[in-house]
Amino acid sequence: MWNAILSPDFFSAILRSATPILFAALAAGVASKSGITNMALEGILLFSALFGVIFSSLTHSAWLGLLITMIIGGLIGLILAFFVLNLKTDEILAAIAINLAATGGTVLIMLYFSGDRGVSSSIRSFATPTVTIPVIDKIPFIGEILSGQNVLTWLSLVAVVIMHLFLYKTPLGLAIRAVGENKNAAESVGISSRRIQYIALILSGVLAAMGGFYLSGGYMNMFTKDMAGGRGYIALAASSMGGNTPVGGFLVSLLFGAAQALANIMQLTSVMPYEIILMVPYLTTLIGLGIYYYSRKKKRERLSGK
Amino acid sequence: MSSAKRFEILRTVFAVVVALAISFVIIFLVSEQPLEAIKQLLTGPLTSKRNFGNVLESMIPLIFTGTGVCIMFSANQINLASEGAFHIGGLIATCVAINMTARFVSPVTAMICAGLAGALFTAIPAIMKITTSAPELVSSLMINYIALYFGNYMLNNVIGDPRASAASYVLSDASKLPVWLSRTRVHVGFFIAIGVAVLGYIFLYRTKMGYELRLTGENGEFAKYSGINIIKVIMVSQLLGGFVAGLGGGVEMLSPIYQRFTWTALLGYGWDAIVICTLAKKNPLYTPFAALFLAYLRTGASIMSRRTDVTLEIVQITQGIIIMLVVAEQFLSKYKHKMIAKEAKAALKEEEVA
Amino acid sequence: MDNQIVLQMNHIMKIYGNGVVANEDVSLELRKGEIHALLGENGAGKSTLMKVLFGIEAPDQGEILLNGQQTTIRSPQDAISKGIGMVHQHFMLVPSLTVAENIILGVAPKKGPFIDMDKAVEAASNIAREYNFDIDVRQKVEEIPVGIKQKVEILKALYRGAEILILDEPTAVLTPQETEELFVQLMKLREKGHTIIFISHKLDEIKQICNRATIMRNGKSMGTYEVADISTQEMSRLMVGREVSLKFDKKEQHLTDNVFLKVRNLTVHNSQGVLKVDDLSFDLKGGEILGIAGVEGNGQTELVDTLTGLNKRYKGTIQLKGTDIAAASIQAIRDMKLANIPEDRMTSGCAGTLSIQENLFSNQYRSEKYSGRFFMKKKAIESRSDELIKEYLIKCKSRKQNVGMLSGGNIQKVIVAREFSTGPDIIIANQPTRGIDVGAAAFIRKRLLEFRDAGCAILLISADLTEIFSLSDRLAVMYKGKFAGFFTDVEHVTEDELGQHMLGIKHDDVLEGVMYE
Repeated sequence: MWNAILSPDFFSAILRSATPILFAALAAGVASKSGITNMALEGILLFSALFGVIFSSLTHSAWLGLLITMIIGGLIGLILAFFVLNLKTDEILAAIAINLAATGGTVLIMLYFSGDRGVSSSIRSFATPTVTIPVIDKIPFIGEILSGQNVLTWLSLVAVVIMHLFLYKTPLGLAIRAVGENKNAAESVGISSRRIQYIALILSGVLAAMGGFYLSGGYMNMFTKDMAGGRGYIALAASSMGGNTPVGGFLVSLLFGAAQALANIMQLTSVMPYEIILMVPYLTTLIGLGIYYYSRKKKRERLSGK
Repeated sequence: MSSAKRFEILRTVFAVVVALAISFVIIFLVSEQPLEAIKQLLTGPLTSKRNFGNVLESMIPLIFTGTGVCIMFSANQINLASEGAFHIGGLIATCVAINMTARFVSPVTAMICAGLAGALFTAIPAIMKITTSAPELVSSLMINYIALYFGNYMLNNVIGDPRASAASYVLSDASKLPVWLSRTRVHVGFFIAIGVAVLGYIFLYRTKMGYELRLTGENGEFAKYSGINIIKVIMVSQLLGGFVAGLGGGVEMLSPIYQRFTWTALLGYGWDAIVICTLAKKNPLYTPFAALFLAYLRTGASIMSRRTDVTLEIVQITQGIIIMLVVAEQFLSKYKHKMIAKEAKAALKEEEVA
Repeated sequence: MDNQIVLQMNHIMKIYGNGVVANEDVSLELRKGEIHALLGENGAGKSTLMKVLFGIEAPDQGEILLNGQQTTIRSPQDAISKGIGMVHQHFMLVPSLTVAENIILGVAPKKGPFIDMDKAVEAASNIAREYNFDIDVRQKVEEIPVGIKQKVEILKALYRGAEILILDEPTAVLTPQETEELFVQLMKLREKGHTIIFISHKLDEIKQICNRATIMRNGKSMGTYEVADISTQEMSRLMVGREVSLKFDKKEQHLTDNVFLKVRNLTVHNSQGVLKVDDLSFDLKGGEILGIAGVEGNGQTELVDTLTGLNKRYKGTIQLKGTDIAAASIQAIRDMKLANIPEDRMTSGCAGTLSIQENLFSNQYRSEKYSGRFFMKKKAIESRSDELIKEYLIKCKSRKQNVGMLSGGNIQKVIVAREFSTGPDIIIANQPTRGIDVGAAAFIRKRLLEFRDAGCAILLISADLTEIFSLSDRLAVMYKGKFAGFFTDVEHVTEDELGQHMLGIKHDDVLEGVMYE
């Protein structure tokens, strides 16, 4: 088993499993920085995994499918924003509502398009291509890890850099952080906190949609019922453990990617019952969550003396 | 009744109507026989005793998890683990019921064990919150999946019947809850559920501990300042909420619906409970009514999906819209503002006259 | 000064969601280049009127004319673009950002898609220099003192081109010396042609710097006057409707020998690790009111939180009636007959979404009178609620009404009724009358004196100097977590002397034998 873990294949698998969580973690991060917990990520992942299949099939193009899915993701973000910001719906309950609608809605829509309630295999979908960059793939080990990854995995890495620059170097990013930290302060200088939070939630929806598209058009080649499998929730945990920063979210997502990849390897070596292995990503998140918050609590206690 | 309360009721009713209307639009979009589908959805449950029996029968688990969530949410503990607690409750009740054959003792033991297991389960996020201050929301989302895979493990390795596929050994007859309404599957669990809802109400609104829970839920800082032991509230609310949800899982498993444990996926009652809690405004006394509404809708949808081309899952969309609108504070708020402004102006005039 | 009218607000009416009529036919007129006082008691509707002007609240009736043109102000952004700036009572700054970032927030200079930070720092420094504000714009806001924060607020408005500047009780958080400095700067702004609305209820300040004053009472406008032509007595009469005197018939003190509270070498750090209470020692005996004055944020909050058991992280000893409270729970401390009127009534004083009745018993529902082993005694609670509502003159529809629907003064009365109805031996009152109407304040102050006369030990923390002066038997000034001054002869202390101590210019070191034996 150790050989399997130290091989470039394993690290490559980490990146593959981390991609959807990373997109969703970036989505959670930008929403959190603006002061809103976006628990609807789970529903957005699920919706966009289905719409990715449907629209890439209808347009005969993975890219067009991705584009439309991103627009729909943004729309769901917009709906969430409308309810939370205009109608003052509790953000957690609004998210639960969206997730419920996603669970039922995806089955309804899939049945309508494919006549099947469980998987979308009857729909011919188009996945985004894999990419090998000529110079990088010659670097030993790292080249092996990176080359042949899906273009969305590459995009997710680029998104980390872009989101970092966006949040910390642009006026809009400054406004998002200001709104999240002190809404009244931002309002007092004429920044409409509502507008900023709308932008953050729409952006959050678009990012999560890319993660959802990857689930059915990169990680796998079809949609299956409930395929988000709690990744939206894991991403929420990952982002908060990473301080809601893009770089922090990236590092923690890798950790969860590793847990998932490890689970996949253990499945092959059958050292543990299959069902217990399926628990690994969730257990890792649970334990990680405990450790992160415990250390944060201790740090605060140290600061206040005694 | 105060105008604010009247407004709340009005708004809830309106939210439900809007949600149904949107669902009908969706039915028109996806179905080739939309009118028939809507007719089945709305009147199906009333067409036979058996169908109405289905309504009553599916109310039972909803009342349990709904009451559990009311207790936890009243203390502002946003623990979403009732989903997992229900699953674990069913699992543990199975373990007891396939091994015990004593009349009365067996179902009671099974139910108590199910409740205790549920309580232990929801206590995990509570304990994590107290010791590490990790938010119960995220940790409870994670342990639901752990509950699911633990259940699957038990099913495949411990309680699974090798002669059946993905099913446990048969539950002993003595453990089963008797049917109460003949020619239906409505069982005595119905009364247990109503009892739990009433007890839940008495607990929250009549006891010292319930007062502490609600005070903490409405304003934690205030509760702390008043000398209330917040840690006790966090623990008690989630232990009780988990107990009720676990008990619900046990009762469901012992009902005439099941012969064996066959749950290989989470059933979603934990999420439905949030709809119930929202409609019942966190008061357990109203959960049976909310559950009746949801169960009716469900049964109607199930009949509709059998007789027409519209699938059952449409109900989840309806539920989502209901939650959205009922908790949307500003929904219809212009009307509310007008109502209150009118009263204030009238009061002002009265004062001037006086 | 020409008499050009820059702003008119005519017949403004505003009713809040809970039915409170905050403004009822209010009119206001501003001349270019004047400092215009908006005068009124807390709750008179000044803040609401300004929220309407700044686009935070939409009026239910009335019109706004800007330079003679009728206009609607939809949002703060709209107000800013029309040349109106506001400095709020509670600072609107983002702590983790620098002064420069706060100033340019929303109007940042750009280089491509990014913020041009060099230019931002330069622009912020320039505007600070132009108005003679001495500020290092690279500092983070969380690291600068209150007086400077207020300057940053004013700069923010000026940077956005504010011609009309609203200052909402700007002196409330300042020391007398900082106030003087602010006034000098305001007069300079007036010279430069800015128009300033100065919200206050301090008559002497208005006399000192304002040209005209509009007086409000109970949501109505009582007229606009030239400040030079109206006496303070007249202003006071218009503001409160009757002559207020804060002279209580304070009885002679009967100090008892019961040391109810004994604090030695108390040291507290806040959650960020900043030293807030620094080696404090004092005694509090039955029959006295010990007043603690000081600019807010000098450790008063942390002191109270520690004494009442909310904060358990401290060094030193606290003895309540001879018992060390290091291990005592808040409940145990309350059971030792300690009452606590909290600083912020909405965050820790009540649950706004619960009824008056449910709020009245949060500290005593455990008593045998109101509950058995498990159940609450509904009848006893209901009748006691009605009694308390009557005794404390709480204006409400019924005991079932939600506390959040009441006015500030009535909410405070609910809290005081709850705290006083247990028959306490020790009362810790933190800003007991802040932001409530005169009648309610007088009522609460009178009650405090009655408890003192009955042998109760009272610790009074207040930013209201008049209140401190008129109630305290002994008076201490807190500065940076220490007692910087101490007075036993309260009647002969001047505000100026107190101000010097509050600012840390004067410092008494030897407290032994005065604060404790």
